[in-house]
Amino acid sequence: MSASPYAYIAVMAGVTFLIRILPLTLIRRRIESRFLQSFLYYVPYVTISVMTFPAIVHATNSPVAGAAALVAGVLAAWFGASMFQVAVGCCALVFVLELFLV
Amino acid sequence: MLRGIIHRHGQALREGARDGVPIGLGYLAVSFSLGIAARGVGLTPFQGFVASILNNASAGEYAAFTLMAAGGTLVQMGIVTLVANARYFLMSCAFSQRFAGGTRLVHRLLVGFALTDELFGIAIARPGYIDPYYSYGAMATAMPGWAFGTALGIALGNVMPPRVVSALSVALFGMFLAIVVPPSRKSRRLLAVVAASFAASLAFELAPYVSSLDSGTRIIILTVAISAVAALVFPVADGGAQELGQDEKSLASLGDDVLEATDPERGGSDER
Repeated sequence: MSASPYAYIAVMAGVTFLIRILPLTLIRRRIESRFLQSFLYYVPYVTISVMTFPAIVHATNSPVAGAAALVAGVLAAWFGASMFQVAVGCCALVFVLELFLV
Repeated sequence: MLRGIIHRHGQALREGARDGVPIGLGYLAVSFSLGIAARGVGLTPFQGFVASILNNASAGEYAAFTLMAAGGTLVQMGIVTLVANARYFLMSCAFSQRFAGGTRLVHRLLVGFALTDELFGIAIARPGYIDPYYSYGAMATAMPGWAFGTALGIALGNVMPPRVVSALSVALFGMFLAIVVPPSRKSRRLLAVVAASFAASLAFELAPYVSSLDSGTRIIILTVAISAVAALVFPVADGGAQELGQDEKSLASLGDDVLEATDPERGGSDER
């Protein structure tokens, strides 16, 4: 870390708060630009996707277990499992696989 | 005054608190894994608690911790947080239209403070105008789970056996998948964008020059570039409402509500 942890935390908290409250308080106009609408629509999915892969493979002791959790998590979410079920299922799978792999 | 509030809003407060309990338990489990990531950066349990109680953001906090580990600047921190949490901007747009006109500023600020995917989902699913006290009830039971889970992950991360830590560290990614995958099932275009994001992210990790960039910068570059291309190639109408249907509670319903947001009958006359 190059700055104080509290400086980092203050910046992230301030930015997050502004993102959440500006539309609720000040910005009431519709975003007219089709491009901007589409861009804002895709941003969260792209960010979360690039943060998930390949990071999940490096998060576990065994990359194979991490990769298996990725595949299982995608399948579980695809077939309607809740956020909590997907999260717990991925953990359980990694735990069991690493009994054999590590 | 307090008695008057309880008389008028007690029911909503209790319902919110009840609905927040399962969310808080889920948060506890997932933020434990966020705490493990924060521990890797060197944060203390107290710092992790403060970060989580002030941010209430899974992807945003994870991205921020990653940047701290890389020794990023405060400006980079602002940009990374902005990008990773951009979806809350959309939720806030949608939410603003469900407040009764004349809802006081303090209520807008407090409810906005904890506008997470889940708390947004349960509040927006209720009929009629938002009762901020419903959200306060849900915040009271859900938010501590997130903050304490983060602190516990930092504190217990090195006490627990390494194989347990290894298993728990994927919980956060499981949550991410549960956000991204279900809407991709409904939209081929979104599925293509998510698949392209995975591929590009892998390529950035392996390719010669870009792999030396810190991961926070990589996230920003990939997000802006892929989203811009996707917006040009697959433009969505009304912020994606038709793309995804209207029955989803979380991200997918945003476009729909953002559309309503512009209805002059319901927006507009507000705020002092």
